[in-house]
Amino acid sequence: MEAKIAVIGDRASVMAFRTVGFDIFEAGTDTQISDLIESLADDRYSVIFITEELVPKKFGTADKYKNNIVPAIIPIPGRFGSMGRGIKIVHENVEKAIGADIFNK
Amino acid sequence: MAVLQVKPTRMELARLKKRLASSTRGHRLLKDKRDDMIKRFIQLAEKNIELRTRLEEKMKNIYTGFVMAGAYMDEAVLQEALMIPKNRVRCNITGVNIMGVDVPQYRIDYEGGHHQNSYPYGFAFTSQQLDESVNAVNEILPLMFELAETEKTVSLLAEEIEKTRRRVNALEYVQIPALHETVKSITMKLDENERSNLARLMKVKDMMISRRK
Repeated sequence: MEAKIAVIGDRASVMAFRTVGFDIFEAGTDTQISDLIESLADDRYSVIFITEELVPKKFGTADKYKNNIVPAIIPIPGRFGSMGRGIKIVHENVEKAIGADIFNK
Repeated sequence: MAVLQVKPTRMELARLKKRLASSTRGHRLLKDKRDDMIKRFIQLAEKNIELRTRLEEKMKNIYTGFVMAGAYMDEAVLQEALMIPKNRVRCNITGVNIMGVDVPQYRIDYEGGHHQNSYPYGFAFTSQQLDESVNAVNEILPLMFELAETEKTVSLLAEEIEKTRRRVNALEYVQIPALHETVKSITMKLDENERSNLARLMKVKDMMISRRK
């Protein structure tokens, strides 16, 4: 299946991805971002990269798509570097599946 | 443990015994599935963490590169240079089945072919730093998709493992003990009926013998 790729982030961070032809989106507040993710999902975007700063606090919308194959919502570090939120989600998944975060040093 | 609310009949007993057998079999199967999934999951989670660390490191360099590129040239020129991409990157998704869980697999698709040096601008007004940064972005694309693939798989598997574990526990600690108890109580009740019937027959026989005398 042909898939579209979206990047959500602030202008300076996502500029880099314009060169490879990803679709760029900007959004301000958490609700706007959640709405944006929802509309992107409806629009059949299958991979949505989002800068960590903009990942909604509760990550509610992403949770909604958690059990779907598409879209995959992947946090990437923004231009100020990693905030550790992306890796935290991985650790949360480990904790959920195994019961304890065995990779946590 | 609660005994199920059923009539203590032989038919019910047979039905429950069948259910108990299938529950036990299901429990064993699900337990195997859970253990195997966890094994796969641990490998994937390890890979996920490694990929993410690598990507974060590389992206840091890319952002620095773009800042440097921006410093060497006019903001407007930079924006203009990157305004229109030369080749659009798409990806192809195929579904793969890992232990009964459908997970996506991405394959990068370069629209219009993959050129190694695909700068979307002429070289007249742009800096060398920008060329390098654009190249770097192209280079991390496979990594980004690999991460997306792994991360999605990990999260889907985590969900499925949790579900399976709940099922295993429900069978192990609720369903199977309840069925055991119920089978036991029905067996006891039927035996009791049998005994009381026997006692009654003996009593009747006694009465008949004493009346004949």
